[in-house]
Order: sequence, then structure tokens, then C-alpha cells
Amino acid sequence: MGTLAERRRVALRVNGRDLEGWAEPRMTLADFLRDELGLTGTHLGCEHGVCGACTILMDGRSVRSCLLLAVQAEGHDLVTVEGLEAPDGTLHPVQEAFSEAHGLQCGFCTPGFLMSVVELLRTHPDPSEEEIRTWLSGNICRCTGYQNIVEAVKLAAARAREGARV
Amino acid sequence: MSDRAAGPRTIPPEELEELRREARPPRHVGARLRRTEDRRLLTGRQRHVGDLRVPGLAHAAILRSSFPHARLTRVDVSGALAVDGVLAAFTADDLRDRVGPFVESGREEVSPLLYEKIDLRIEPLPMAVLADGLVHWVGQPIAAVVAEDRYVAEDALERVEVEYDPLPVVADAEAAIRPDAPVLHPGMADNVVVRFRVEAGDVEEAFRRAPRTLRRRFRMGRQVANAMEPRGVLAGWDAGREELTVHLTNARPHLIRTFLSRMLGLPADHVRVVAPDMGGSFGTGVFPEDVLIPFIAMALDRPVRWLEDRRENLANTRHARDQIHDVEVAFDEEGRILALRDAFLVDSGAYNPYAITVSYNAAAHLRGQYRIDHARIECRNVLTNKAPVTPVRGAGRPEALFVMDRILDVVARELDLDPIEVRRRNLIPPEAMPYPMGMPYRDGVDIVYDRADFPGQLEQALKLFDLEGFRAEQEAARREGRRLGVGVACYVEGSGYGPHEGAVIRIDPSGHVTVHTGAKPHGQGLETTLAQVCADQLGVRPEDVSVRAGDTALIAYGVGTFASRSAVTAGSAVGIAALRLRRRVQEVAAELLEVDPGDVEVEEGRAFPRGAPERGLTLAEVAAAAGPHPRVRVPAGSGFGLQAEYYFVPPTVTFSSGTHVVGVEVDEETGGIRLLRYVSVDDCGQMLNPTIVEGQIHGGIAHGIGNAILEEAVYDEEGQLLTGSYMDYLLPSPTEVPPIEVGHQEFPSELNPFGIKGVGEGGAVGPPAAIANAVVDALRPLRIEIDRVPLTPERLFRLIREARERKEAG
Repeated sequence: MGTLAERRRVALRVNGRDLEGWAEPRMTLADFLRDELGLTGTHLGCEHGVCGACTILMDGRSVRSCLLLAVQAEGHDLVTVEGLEAPDGTLHPVQEAFSEAHGLQCGFCTPGFLMSVVELLRTHPDPSEEEIRTWLSGNICRCTGYQNIVEAVKLAAARAREGARV
Repeated sequence: MSDRAAGPRTIPPEELEELRREARPPRHVGARLRRTEDRRLLTGRQRHVGDLRVPGLAHAAILRSSFPHARLTRVDVSGALAVDGVLAAFTADDLRDRVGPFVESGREEVSPLLYEKIDLRIEPLPMAVLADGLVHWVGQPIAAVVAEDRYVAEDALERVEVEYDPLPVVADAEAAIRPDAPVLHPGMADNVVVRFRVEAGDVEEAFRRAPRTLRRRFRMGRQVANAMEPRGVLAGWDAGREELTVHLTNARPHLIRTFLSRMLGLPADHVRVVAPDMGGSFGTGVFPEDVLIPFIAMALDRPVRWLEDRRENLANTRHARDQIHDVEVAFDEEGRILALRDAFLVDSGAYNPYAITVSYNAAAHLRGQYRIDHARIECRNVLTNKAPVTPVRGAGRPEALFVMDRILDVVARELDLDPIEVRRRNLIPPEAMPYPMGMPYRDGVDIVYDRADFPGQLEQALKLFDLEGFRAEQEAARREGRRLGVGVACYVEGSGYGPHEGAVIRIDPSGHVTVHTGAKPHGQGLETTLAQVCADQLGVRPEDVSVRAGDTALIAYGVGTFASRSAVTAGSAVGIAALRLRRRVQEVAAELLEVDPGDVEVEEGRAFPRGAPERGLTLAEVAAAAGPHPRVRVPAGSGFGLQAEYYFVPPTVTFSSGTHVVGVEVDEETGGIRLLRYVSVDDCGQMLNPTIVEGQIHGGIAHGIGNAILEEAVYDEEGQLLTGSYMDYLLPSPTEVPPIEVGHQEFPSELNPFGIKGVGEGGAVGPPAAIANAVVDALRPLRIEIDRVPLTPERLFRLIREARERKEAG
């Protein structure tokens, strides 16, 4: 049972800050981020690794935080949706492009998409439409039909090639 | 007309006419404004039920039936109560006599005008919040465990002991109506929960005279809404004030308040229901947990939250479609449909919470854009051991359109005519508009299609699709052994269903405008579009307007967001309230400016005498003059403050329409379908924000694509759900949805002052029919017929194999 004695201290870096929290060994990373660290921007859509809403970056690579345990993140460097915006409130170019192209509706899956797209543009600065769709096939959106998400990615990619930081 | 006089009081035509004259021309309405809600959604700052932080929060988990039909002989929670960290457990015994019956909301919403007109019978079938003695579907709630932590609550569920005495299972609609079928609910004579019959024209006579007839059976599988955010309920009880506050994922907060007030015995204003940010909905419904969790919070005097997981969601939340239609058409040699008979079954699952919403929608939309003056439609909603069906995006329309546009295709192929040409021959011509359909809508008012140009819509869609180019491509591909096809579907959609929606608009002391409404957006962008409407009619900038929704404390009455209704009903309410508020600003400003109210202009948030903008006042100055104080500067007797409230009660629904054209490639060896291009041309009247309209259409089309080729909630013959996770239930991903091109027609509605028609569901209506028709076209040489969706590769593979065998046999 979940007694305090069984909890482990988890120290990690999130959005550029060194943070610590407590987690039972079985606690998922997603629940740890949300409930222990209060970072509720990471969403849970299926809790079995299919929908991609809980996607975050771990050491620069996208991972599904519902399929990792908090204790596995010990010592790692994470970025969540809360870490995309610049400290002065300027939106990340991918966030800006999603807003401009209407790439979100209810916004529940959006944090997962944003994190996947950030990784895509870092590894593929000039993706084709097919590459975009294939890359994002691990993220499910029920609202947009993906059309404007793809448009947003193209827009963000173009901006990045013009020198915007992604 | 006599019906309307006897019916509820909707907005009178003369008032509508007057408002239409007074309405200011669109300026911000129609612009592609960026959404104001985006910033919080993009930065992780939105607040869903699961994001709320509440001190002392306890967590509930729910034990659900693993049997589709059984008597519960024992439910023992003592093992769960022994688990460290568990606070309490609840079964039906704890609720009996303390929670009132869960009455179907759909039945109460049926217009009394309708019963006689359609020979309607609805069997009342209240549902228990927790299963009491019997379970009727896999997933039905049996017991709840509450603990200090969600993990512990779920652990403890495994210690609840349930003994089931299995009963015979009714696994599908056809089984439900067999004479020897087990009757699922004690007190009912059979498993038929709804019956109606509606007739337009003279069907028998039309069939007698018809040169040709044919008959087919069509089925649409069971789809699940699949909002990306599963449901959640958080309830807090203030025992001192006897006030209940409930936050939940439900776009009908006022309806939930009514349920809670009645079922828990509280004055309505002692119940506050808040729907915070929601990750979609795609349908409506009141669910047992919406009442159970508040009850538990009251019983424990502690805040309690339950968060649905995806397995619970797939087994319970907003199942839809699941219809079987036996349809017969009479037609002539030119392919003109002369009459139609349809007898259909809706597999409602174990209960029928939405009465006739889905089934009557199917009947009312069956003839779509086609001129078929003689039609008889008979329906039975039947009960089976599956999750209850509720309205989901399209709600009966995709089923109806699949039947209509498929049968039209069958007729065309029977006569060796081009299916697109046969559509042209059957579309209602623009000069016949507005067109009476000879039967009532669900609100009891006779259906009259709004002004529209259906043939023009089809031609526009074919042009956008480049049909000629595609036909050339198809021919070239055929020579390479590749199978391309094109399919068309043409739909109408009654949108803006009543009974009402309201708006309270206030100008605060800083001059900022806040709109409060009972609609509850969950992705539709109403915070932006309602601000656009308000800005135009009041005379301010959209950025001066905040829109607040989803809280019963904001406004006395509300209906909510579903059924493509909010742009129409809330949009009209906001526009009319803003016009009234503008009059108020004019009368107060007139006192200050010492001119006639009629000579005061309100533009860009300033009030000034006509022709003298430099003498203008800010809205803050006007608000200060109107405030309740001894130096108030308002006309005598006109009250204090700058506020307007208006509830829009539409005369009936307003009809949107759309035409879809899709190009597909079929792999004859695997049965796989690849969608190449998708074109939609719609008419939703005056668009509030074309970008948002297009987004709604894109999303609807993707939803419909799932319905057409991927998604199905599958139960086996024993009533077990086989699609309980996303490994088995396939949602469309970016690789299955093709590029979508959208074109528009704009025929303003005459049923509201601003010309608005709804658009939320339309996209989802077309794809099953259009895609099935395209696949038939691709496989023309095989002459296959598609009578069922989803058209999974396995189903299509079998059709291809059977067709080949037929061909080889001669």
C-alpha cells in the first residue's frame, strides 16, 4: 500500500530548474509531474501509451510520461509544455504557429503535439507533409482533423529556417 | 401555425424582423480573428477537472460490471474498507432512498407536440446510479471506493467481492426483437423502448405507380465519442451552508444542476455546477458518476474527485450509431426517387437516456438534400446488453445519410447511370426553397428547409475537387492496375436546436465588457466568436470583451453546447443582448452629452454624438455615470448599471447543408483504403469566423472518417466488449486523414437576426456515405455493394473476394 515509508526522493531537472519530489516506485512520471510538481500542462488521455497527450521531452527526446515511472526520471533533464514559453512571455515559435494556423481546438492533446513538433523540427528542419504526418502519427487529436496542425508545423518550420529558435 | 400557437412561445416573426433591421452589419464577425483561448491552452495554463487543487481531496474509483447481464447476489466491500488509506465504500444499498431516480433527460425534452404526429411511444426506463440487483452491460457502475489517493482507491477495488448470477444475453438489435428474446428490464413487455412512425405524402400510392423499386439493408457500427479528455467529477460540500459545488467535464452544467437538485433534494441555487476547461465532448449526456460523486462528497463531508480512465471511457461514455435500416425505394428509369420506406432499429444499449434524439434525428434527416415527397419512416429503439447510446457528433445524421446516399448510388448503378448525375436529378432545386418536407422536426415544428442552393453546392464541390482531372487520373491508374474512385454525399443538418440559450452582458467600471452565457464551449472557440458578435452589436473591439461560460453561477438558465447549437442560439442571444446594451449606453451617454439617445454613436468602445467623435466618452465614463450612487446620470426610472440579459428562443432549427467529395485508392489485394483527397463545400449561413468554421469541418470529417473505415466498439456474442483500449479501438491518426479542402456558400438563416447556422457536426455526417460510394466506384468492375460501415480492410477484403467468386462463377 502507498505508505510514506516506501516513497523515494526523485531529483530531476524540469524546464531548466532543479526540482525534487517524492514518489512511490510505482508512480508514473506523468502523475509525478502533475500531482507532485504541479505541472498540470501535461495531460493524460489514455494512460496506456497510445494517444500521446502526455508527451514530454526527456534529455531532448520525446517520451510518453504515462509509460515511465517517476523514479526512472531521476537525474534526467525534462521539458514540459510549461517550459516552451520564453521567460518574458513570448510564445515558442511552435506555439505561435499553432495559434496562427488554428492548430488547436479544445487544446487537450496540444501539449503532446507541441512537444513532438519541437523534437521534429530539431531533427528535421524542413519536413515534407508526409514526414510531418508520419512523425505525428503517435499523437491523436479528435478536434482538428490534423489539417491545421500540419499547417502549423509547416509554418513553424519555415520560421525556424528563417532563424527562429526552436 | 395553430401548432405553433398552441406550443411554446418562441421568438415571434415580427420581433425577428425588427431585430434583423436593427442588427448592425458584420465587421468583426466574418473576420479570421485568432482565438483568445489559445494562449492558455498552448502554455499549459488551462484548468481541467483533473488539474484542480483542492485541500483535503479524497479520490474515488469505481468498480464496474464484468458481466453483460447478471443478477448481483453479493456485493461485499468489507475487504476494500480494510485497505490502509481507504475512507469509505458505497454500493446501491447506501444510495437507496437517499438518491432519487435517474430520469432520462431525453424523454423530458421531447416536444409534447410530437407524440401524436409521429405515433410516438417511449417506455420510461430510469437507471440506478449504482447497479441495484441487476447489471445490464459490461462497465456498469456497481460500487465506489474512496481513498486518500487514486492509486490506493484502485488497489482497493480489487478487494470488493462481487458474485454474479449470469443471465441470458441480448447481444444485438436483431436478437433483441426475436419473440423468444429475454426481456432485459423487469416491468417491460419486450425490449422495445421507443416506437414511432412518421409519414410524408402518400407512400403507398407512389409505390403503386412507380416503374421500379428496390430494397436494401444498411448497417452502421457502434462508434464511441472519444473526447481526448476522459470525464471527471469533483464535488465539494459545504455542510454549514448546505451548498454543493461540483466541477465536472460536461457541457451542460445547468442540466446537471437540475439533476443534482432533484436527485439529492437540494434547492437548485444551493447547487453550483462548473464545467472548467474541457478536452472535447462530441456529444452530450448525464452520467451516473455526475450524481454519484456529489452524493459521496455530501455523505463524507469531504471533497471527492473521480477521474475516468480510458478503459472506463471506452466501455461507458457516449457510445453512438449502431443502427440497422431496411429501406425500400421507388424510382423511375431516369433515376428519380419517387418514394421511400425505411424501417430501422437503433441498438440503444442497456438504457435509453436520450429517448428519441438520435433515432428521430435519423428520421428527420433521412431524405437529406433530395426531393422525395413521399416517405414513411418507422423506428424502434431496442435494448441490448451494451453501453447506453447517447447523441454523438452528427447524432443520427451520419446513419441517415449513409442509407440515403448509398441507396441513391445503388439505384444509379442498377440503371447504369452516373451516380453524380443521379444526384443532380434528385436534388431539391434552389427555386423550390424554402422547401417543406411534410413532417415535423423533433421540436414538433414542421420541417421547412432554409433557403439554399444544393445543386450549386454540388457543382462547386466537384469543381474544387476537379472531377474531370480525377477521372483522368483514375483512368491512368486503372491501366497500371490501381483502383481509384470518387464518392459524393450531400447532407442537411438541422442546427441551433432550442429550447433557448441566453446571455448576460455587463460593462464593468473599467469599461470592460463581459459576456456570460449558458453555452459551454469545449474547443469550438466561442470565447472568440461570441466576442466578435458582441463587439459588432455593442460597438466595441473584440479585445474589450471577455466571454465566461460553463458555470451555473454566471447565468440563471442555460442549455449547453452540443447539437451544432451554440453559434446559433448563444450567438443570437449575445447579439440581441449586445444591441439592448448598446441602447442603454446610448441613453446614459445622451444624458451626459446632452443630445438625443438616437444621436449617440457607439464605436470602438466610445460613445459620441453623431458626427462629433472628439466629444466622445469612454465606456468607463458611461459606466461611472450609470452606477448606483446619488449622482447617477440615467433617465429617470431606468435603473442602475450597464447590463443586458436576453434569452433567445428560436422558432425551430435552421438548416445547414454540405456536400462532400472524396477520392480514394483501394488495394484490391488487402482491402486497405487510402484517402487521397477530401473536399467539402458547406453552407452555415453567416460565418462568425471562417477559420473556426473550417476547423470544425476538418475535425468533423476526421470523426466521420473514423466512423467510415476505422472505429467500432465491438461486442462479442456473449456481450463482452472487445475494444476496451486504443490497441483495439482505432482512432484516425494524421496518416489516415487526407488533406481537406473546404469551400463555402453563405445563405444567411432567416430564423435569427444575424443569419447564423450551425456547423459543429456537419463534417462528421458525410464521410461514411462518401467514402463507401468512392470505394464502390473504385471497384466498379467488381460491382460490389457496401451495406455496412466501418469498412475495415477485413470487411472490404471479403466483399472483394465474394465479388471475384461471383464474377468467376459467371
